[in-house]
Amino acid sequence: MVAVTETIEAVQSVAEGGYKWGFETDIEMEFAPKGLNEDIVRFISAKKNEPAWLLEWRLKAFAHWKTMVEPEWPAVNYPKIDYQDAYYYAAPKYKVAPKSLDEVDPELLRTYAKLGIPLREQAILAGVEGAGDSPAEGRMPIAVDAVFDSVSVSTSYKERLAKDGIIFCPISEAVQEHPELVRQYLGSVVPPGDNYFAALNSAVFTDGSFVYIPKGVKCPMELSTYFRINAKSTGQFERTLIIADAGSKVSYLEGCTAPMRDENQLHAAVVELVLMDDATIKYSTVQNWYPGDAEGRGGIYNFVTKRAACRGARSKVSWTQVETGSAITWKYPSCILLGDDSVGEFYSVAITNNRQQADTGTKMWHIGARTKSTIVSKGISAGRGQNTYRGLVKISPKAVGARNFTQCDSLLIGDECGAHTVPYIENRCMTAKVEHEATTSRIAEDQLFYCRQRGLTQEEAVGLIVNGFCREVLKELPMEFAVEAQKLLAISLEGSVG
Amino acid sequence: MLRIEGLTAEIDGKPILQGVDLEVPAGELHAIMGPNGSGKSTLSYVLSGREGYEITGGSVTFNGVDLLAMEPEERAASGVFLAFQYPVELPGVGNANFLRTALNAVRRHRGEPEVDAMQFLKLARVRMKELSMPEDMLKRGVNVGFSGGEKKRNEVLQMALLRPKLAILDETDSGLDIDALKIVADGVNAMRAPDFSALIITHYQRLLDYIVPDRVHVLMAGRIVKSGGPELAHELEAQGYAQVAA
Repeated sequence: MVAVTETIEAVQSVAEGGYKWGFETDIEMEFAPKGLNEDIVRFISAKKNEPAWLLEWRLKAFAHWKTMVEPEWPAVNYPKIDYQDAYYYAAPKYKVAPKSLDEVDPELLRTYAKLGIPLREQAILAGVEGAGDSPAEGRMPIAVDAVFDSVSVSTSYKERLAKDGIIFCPISEAVQEHPELVRQYLGSVVPPGDNYFAALNSAVFTDGSFVYIPKGVKCPMELSTYFRINAKSTGQFERTLIIADAGSKVSYLEGCTAPMRDENQLHAAVVELVLMDDATIKYSTVQNWYPGDAEGRGGIYNFVTKRAACRGARSKVSWTQVETGSAITWKYPSCILLGDDSVGEFYSVAITNNRQQADTGTKMWHIGARTKSTIVSKGISAGRGQNTYRGLVKISPKAVGARNFTQCDSLLIGDECGAHTVPYIENRCMTAKVEHEATTSRIAEDQLFYCRQRGLTQEEAVGLIVNGFCREVLKELPMEFAVEAQKLLAISLEGSVG
Repeated sequence: MLRIEGLTAEIDGKPILQGVDLEVPAGELHAIMGPNGSGKSTLSYVLSGREGYEITGGSVTFNGVDLLAMEPEERAASGVFLAFQYPVELPGVGNANFLRTALNAVRRHRGEPEVDAMQFLKLARVRMKELSMPEDMLKRGVNVGFSGGEKKRNEVLQMALLRPKLAILDETDSGLDIDALKIVADGVNAMRAPDFSALIITHYQRLLDYIVPDRVHVLMAGRIVKSGGPELAHELEAQGYAQVAA
């Protein structure tokens, strides 16, 4: 109920100016030379002080990438990207690397304060529970890894988590501290040559988060990574790797924002999840990259590869995404259901307003026996937005008794937008059961009038109806993210009616 | 309270209201009866501000203010409530959320403090009991999967919570069995107050056995053709519209 009121407040604040995360931080940065070649790959690897095997891995990926062509099958249109006209490495300049938050550039700290991202740990977890200034209403704090352009600037609660044997750190640090784990799992779910953008990422990835949850450990707090693109003409290529060992459990959140600029900036991430027997990962995304202006100028190109390998029996992965930002979204968080009785879930809300384009969905690949998958996709198109659900449900002969349920709903606001549903089903197993439901609807005039007759403004009414439409997905988000997501939905639809 | 003078309105160029004159003083309940197509629903939508109706002449004032110049939500906030003939479904929007959001919108306008979730539940529970509504109706989507009677009771619940100055009940009796009809009528009767007026739009005299109006008006072909006391409703029931209006 609180959330609805907050949605309304958010809609009211819309008038004060759309994308409120669009500011730029003025900070001295270090860049790699513009362009992309082997030297840049070597530059990045050297910057990160990487072992030889990783440089080799990157160079192989780069060589492969050069032989590949950009995919043309998504239902998105954009001018050809000049990969030589961008920076592939940008990091805040330090004389010495900061050892604690107190040594981090105050301008950076102010940036995160402005974005509402808590970098400081709260006293309650530092072992002084019951201290006077404990966090509001005893809420569980969230451990945050903050990635600013190409580097992680801070990771909180590392020591507290280490007590449970949990590793939560920037991936560049994991390469140094836990090379055996990184080497074993990096690229094991999304191989470097998987697709064009994954190959590019493998060659030039700069930072991202690394998580390892040991056997039987339930992570005591939410882990999250907050990605911020700040520098001009710079791409962000982060890499996230989460390993959930047998019987472990973790909930991970990611958020992202970028300044408002006329140019398009590329964000090509790779996320790999590995799950052993009985492990559970809940991975939530609130994607809020700058979407470009009403005329379609600027905005982030968001080309992301996310995949989970449910290797263990009864493992379970749940992807929840709320995609409100980006000029273009190209993203299919997928599940390889290898372990018997493993479960994959995909809950998605994608909004396209103005000239935004989204081609998003999932792949559920059933290999193990009795594997189960659920897909709930809610697409909202407004303005001249184009929204495509693209999904594959693939069932192998050995996946006896596999089950899939897919539900794709599209909501149209206005008459210049588009919604498209492209489901693929490949079933090679007689005993599998696959269900697919799809609907397309509009916000009806009588619904709006009904709300307005009860005192709600047009925008409040749209916010309420859209949140109702997305409810099945929003309820999958962790509480605080759900509130944030509801506000975002309302803001993203600013000016779409009336 | 409500003063309608020479009101004419059309839909898609087709005249529906052809000069309605009507005055409802504060504290009075007036019934509007008429055959199908006489303009009853159009009148309720024009008063509440629905799009798609073109006002071609006349005026409507509500407590001295030009009602027709206001947005639908402004009319609602200043106390005009329409109980819909066909309440609209809002899938996924919880009934409690919706009711509280509406209540707070109206309270904001009146300069009253907003109610939080707990205060709202307290208020809603009392009203729901009066209307014999099960509490789980608060958790369900607005009107989604409600029976005809439940939808109408939900409208009366909203009215009871929002406490309007002028309620327009558009065929609230249609689709109600006799028990539900009594409950709904009790809900309306409980609203009676010196600063509350209502326009009760109905086909049949049946509802008026339970809500006794101060005045009855006959609307035919977009005009009020006859007005009278409660006995006029009985006359209509016995003799039919054509006879009485002649």
